[in-house]
Amino acid sequence: MAREKIMEVRDLSISFKTTSGILNAIRGVDMDLYRGETVAIVGESGSGKSVTAKAMMGILASNAIVNSGSVKFTYDNKGVSKTVDILKMKKSDIRREINGQHIAMVFQDPMTSLDPTMTIGKQITESMIWHYKTPKKEAEEKAIELLSLVGITEPEKRIKNYPHQLSGGMRQRVVIAIAMACDPDLLICDEPTTALDVTIQARILELIKDIQYKKNISVIYITHDLGVVAKVADYVDVMYAGKLVEKGTIDEIFYEPHHPYTWGLLSAMPDLDTRDERLYTIPGSPPNMMKPIPGDAFAPRNQYALNIDNRLDPPMFKLTDTHYAATWLLDERAPKFDMPPEIAARIARMKKEENHDDQ
Amino acid sequence: MNKYILKRLGIAALTLLVIVFILFMMMKLMPGTPFNDEKLPPEKIASLMAKYGLDKPLYVQFFKYVVNLVKFDFGISYVINKDISINLMLSTRVPTSIRIGLQAVALGTVIGLILGIVAALKHNTIWDNLTTVISVLGVSVPSYVFALGLLYVFAFKLKLFPLLYSKVHPFQSSLLPTFSLSMFTIASIARFTRTEMLEVLDSDYILLVESKGISGSALIFRHALRNALIPIVTVLGPLVVGLMTGSLVVEKIFSIPGLGAMTTAAIQANDYNVTIASTYIYSLMYIVIMLVVDISYGIIDPRIRLAKEGSGE
Repeated sequence: MAREKIMEVRDLSISFKTTSGILNAIRGVDMDLYRGETVAIVGESGSGKSVTAKAMMGILASNAIVNSGSVKFTYDNKGVSKTVDILKMKKSDIRREINGQHIAMVFQDPMTSLDPTMTIGKQITESMIWHYKTPKKEAEEKAIELLSLVGITEPEKRIKNYPHQLSGGMRQRVVIAIAMACDPDLLICDEPTTALDVTIQARILELIKDIQYKKNISVIYITHDLGVVAKVADYVDVMYAGKLVEKGTIDEIFYEPHHPYTWGLLSAMPDLDTRDERLYTIPGSPPNMMKPIPGDAFAPRNQYALNIDNRLDPPMFKLTDTHYAATWLLDERAPKFDMPPEIAARIARMKKEENHDDQ
Repeated sequence: MNKYILKRLGIAALTLLVIVFILFMMMKLMPGTPFNDEKLPPEKIASLMAKYGLDKPLYVQFFKYVVNLVKFDFGISYVINKDISINLMLSTRVPTSIRIGLQAVALGTVIGLILGIVAALKHNTIWDNLTTVISVLGVSVPSYVFALGLLYVFAFKLKLFPLLYSKVHPFQSSLLPTFSLSMFTIASIARFTRTEMLEVLDSDYILLVESKGISGSALIFRHALRNALIPIVTVLGPLVVGLMTGSLVVEKIFSIPGLGAMTTAAIQANDYNVTIASTYIYSLMYIVIMLVVDISYGIIDPRIRLAKEGSGE
């Protein structure tokens, strides 16, 4: 089956005007997304993953400056395939044509992302009535259907509830129902489970996966939690300081990581067999994005950094058709060495578990 | 909800009783009597005191006053309108004060909300700065300065409005006082609305509404303003009372026969009954407005409404 590309981000670069200067949040990001597939964007706080998602949604804050790049989105416009550049569209056109109908978003904190003064039924039906002039009765029936789809019991009663009458997990289900109200092609989940407790997390992830399968939509996950990534993603984009440092399929990122930052992220994730007393952390902190960064932004925290890292930003080295990593270690002139033994041991453990699961 | 309102009414009645007691005692503790004329011989004063029952023990006087008050009888004026029923005096003055006050509230709230919303939507632009200037002016310049300015320009120079309040043209002649009274409300409401709207517009749920593709007036009024109104209603209560009970100086400038003018005259003349009556009316208005504010919270904010229902039933 031919993959149908729905989102193509090229050379995206975004800055923010702040009181203390210009902050370069994203510095040249390329990304592709195909129908029905899931991409996870992984990175630390401030790596620019949320900004990337907001740029795709056209909901960037008013102090954002788009320096360069394009966000090409392809959607079905009354039977005709149409491609638009979201960065070049007017805000009002994005709202009318794209938001809700074609791209919807699930936010991080369900406790604050629902309007406290409106019943959840109205919040779900609102976009249907707004975009499609759906009769109220019909919209309500669809809202009830959506609520049962997201696993809320007694949806007929629940649509009359206000957000404060629901628990956090329930509210996130409602947020997902709102996102699904107009049958979008793309769902962007910005840390959808970070604010929920662990037992609910798994259920919400299952739910999104289930809906994705039923409706054949694409999903972008924004997360710093590799546990979430492992459960849901087909492809992983690792971001650091506003750039992609490694991208690949889930197996490539988890079992054959090449970028020292990805190694760090993987070993910072606890597992049952972590024998070391301390959990590995990546030393130092992310760079100040207000200042120009010479060379590789990760170099100061990278114990494998080469001299060239301080001077020249590494390009994306191609490993396979799907796997790329931006580190000079992959250059043919770089000294040859294997990944650190702790990471190798860790990956071996993960592989063993994987085989275990398969049996 | 009904049980809650009943409870509030009970508390209100008790509050009023306490207010009347304090007022009554303060009147009695003040030096002098309503009959301070030096030409009056002591025997004449004594007979006047006896006539109005002021020679009886205090508790008898207070009890009688409260019984009459329950029957909505404020008694008669001793000095400023001798032997005239206070109910009659109030019947013309209270409606005038309330009407002009309500006009000022309506005008001030509408203009204040519009200014505040525009300032928040056009944050950090010339419109925002203009609203800030208007707010600072409105809060810091007293209403009688506006009253005199408006009088000079619109009534004296341009002759668009009458100089003084007249019962013949009650609406037309009340416009200038309304404007001058509403300036403070415009300024306060604009400032609050701007702050609250900025906060709400920055919230996660507005981002969610935007991500649904909803924009324009639906976003502003259905979602943003409704949430911003909750704290605004709180400041609106005292503002409304302040305006309804009238501004003494503005009433004086436009010769409005309102409650304010009567109150000062009564205090100066030691006219016990009139002072207590008008102060009582002020308190009553305050309590009623606060009750309305509390009930309207419930209408705007379902969290408060449902909490009350939960505890009331």
